[in-house]
Amino acid sequence: MSFSLDDVVRLARLARIELDEAAARDVAAKLGAIFGLIDALQAIDTAGVAPMAHAQDVGLPFREDVVTARDCRDLYQTQAPAVADGFYLVPKVLE
Amino acid sequence: MRTIAELSAALRSREVSSVELAQDALSRAHASQSALNAFVTLDDEGALAQAHGADARLARGDATPLTGIPIAHKDVLMTQGLRTTCASRMLEHFVAPYDARVVARLREMSTVLIGKTNMDEFAMGSSSETSYFGPVRNPWSTQCVPGGSSGGSAVAVAASVVPATTGTDTGGSIRQPAALSGVCGIKPTYGVCSRYGLVAFASSLDTPGAFARSAHDCALMLTAMAGHDARDSTSLDRPIEDYSRILTTQADAKPLAGLRIGLPREYFAEGVEREVVGAVETAIDAMRALGATTIDVSLPMVRHAVPAYYVIAPAEASSNLSRFDGVRYGHRAEHYRDLIDMYCRTRAEGFGAEVKRRILVGTYVLSHGYYDAYYLQAQKVRRLIAQDFVRAFETCDVIAGPTAPTCAFEIGAKTDDPVQMYLNDIFTIAANLTGMPAMSIPCGFTKKGLPIGLHLQGNYLDEARVLNVAHRYQQVTDWHLRAPSPQPSPGMRGEEAERKRGG
Repeated sequence: MSFSLDDVVRLARLARIELDEAAARDVAAKLGAIFGLIDALQAIDTAGVAPMAHAQDVGLPFREDVVTARDCRDLYQTQAPAVADGFYLVPKVLE
Repeated sequence: MRTIAELSAALRSREVSSVELAQDALSRAHASQSALNAFVTLDDEGALAQAHGADARLARGDATPLTGIPIAHKDVLMTQGLRTTCASRMLEHFVAPYDARVVARLREMSTVLIGKTNMDEFAMGSSSETSYFGPVRNPWSTQCVPGGSSGGSAVAVAASVVPATTGTDTGGSIRQPAALSGVCGIKPTYGVCSRYGLVAFASSLDTPGAFARSAHDCALMLTAMAGHDARDSTSLDRPIEDYSRILTTQADAKPLAGLRIGLPREYFAEGVEREVVGAVETAIDAMRALGATTIDVSLPMVRHAVPAYYVIAPAEASSNLSRFDGVRYGHRAEHYRDLIDMYCRTRAEGFGAEVKRRILVGTYVLSHGYYDAYYLQAQKVRRLIAQDFVRAFETCDVIAGPTAPTCAFEIGAKTDDPVQMYLNDIFTIAANLTGMPAMSIPCGFTKKGLPIGLHLQGNYLDEARVLNVAHRYQQVTDWHLRAPSPQPSPGMRGEEAERKRGG
């Protein structure tokens, strides 16, 4: 499989990663090689096989609906790039 | 370097104190750092405070087998109050607000944490070269990689800085560096050790585990780290197990009598270095001499493990790493036009090339129109691979083979060819896809003096047996006790240090 520059630019946009043209060209070549490896999967007959999502086929565990976490907002916000009055600051999204 | 078992005895008899052990470990860590780059962060002050606490516990007489033992954690495990970077610019200044469960368990034992080990960025790699903080070097030859992604943890044990470290294994990230660096490394059954506080790469595969000099020390570490944790929904709720229990029983001349070792013909095929095959076959002969029998097994689907992994792991990574957006923690770009531009620039600056590639692969295989063909198909192949192993374990107790197809390769040799790099994990990935326990132990050296690893895989929850096979082998061999020459002191710089390293 080969990836065009446009394919890579679209993919990078979806993944929210900025790529300049030189980086996009390098990524296109390397993704081509990686999908050369991955595409071998297409030839395998998997009719009737259930997908295996996890190593242990166990159900979701349940617990009592009680408060278990303490309020860590102030602690967690010490790691944030920009906060004010207990809120995380982001660029304006609504006019 | 003495083993945990020996150091623990010395601590109890007051031959040494925990403070002395911590000081020694820190001085070796600092001295080797310029040559090996095994650490991202060293915490002298914190380590000495913990060591004083451990000495007090020893004096009180309520010590555990790990009390006072200096260790280091892979920098993907959260350590409260201590920088946790995942070897990424994205988290260069991130201080973890809480401990990972396995970190907390080892703290409860009063181990002494000296620092955080270097690794491939976000655990994505097989050589520990993709770290934002520079590559880790192999102490057996500093021209070579130590394997990855937990390269710093393997090297910290190999270079005798500490007797044990933690690691994480998503496709071989404990076992492959253990093999290439000449130490023991165990990845337990998925669900045995909690993933709480392990910065997620591929959640259905990520498994915490340990490095140490001997199988016995691995058992001590795993016993401390394992256990149910309600905060990890995939954590197995089962009784606590003492993994060292059968290692200490008296052995006769044939301690492996009755053990059936499965030898998959696929693991001794073309593409595996001759010296690696030779060392592994010699190790299996030694196990036969201890009473084991061998049986050929076939794992026809295992050749699809690498492609299946490189769909599933990047898919999960692209989802997990979407949390790094420059809003709540980590790096944020300085200049941007709007919110979307802030995300794009933050992630462009914060992630290295391999991490970006895997996010893009994952984004593609999960995207509309490709999900069924790639992601779902890979999950079906994953089940076929698991069925191969379940069938094989009907006729054998452990499966043995090489851990990696080659010994350590030179730094830079594979950095421009991701597919060649991915094929390093050809023998280790299946244990992650199936979730079965596996370990790598040293079993010889190449003519150039580079270590070779033997891979032992067990059935689900059979890590005690895997450890016992490794331990009995180590009772009659000494590969695991070999150590590389000490690295040049930090006083030497540049060319002089290169000459001294034999470069």
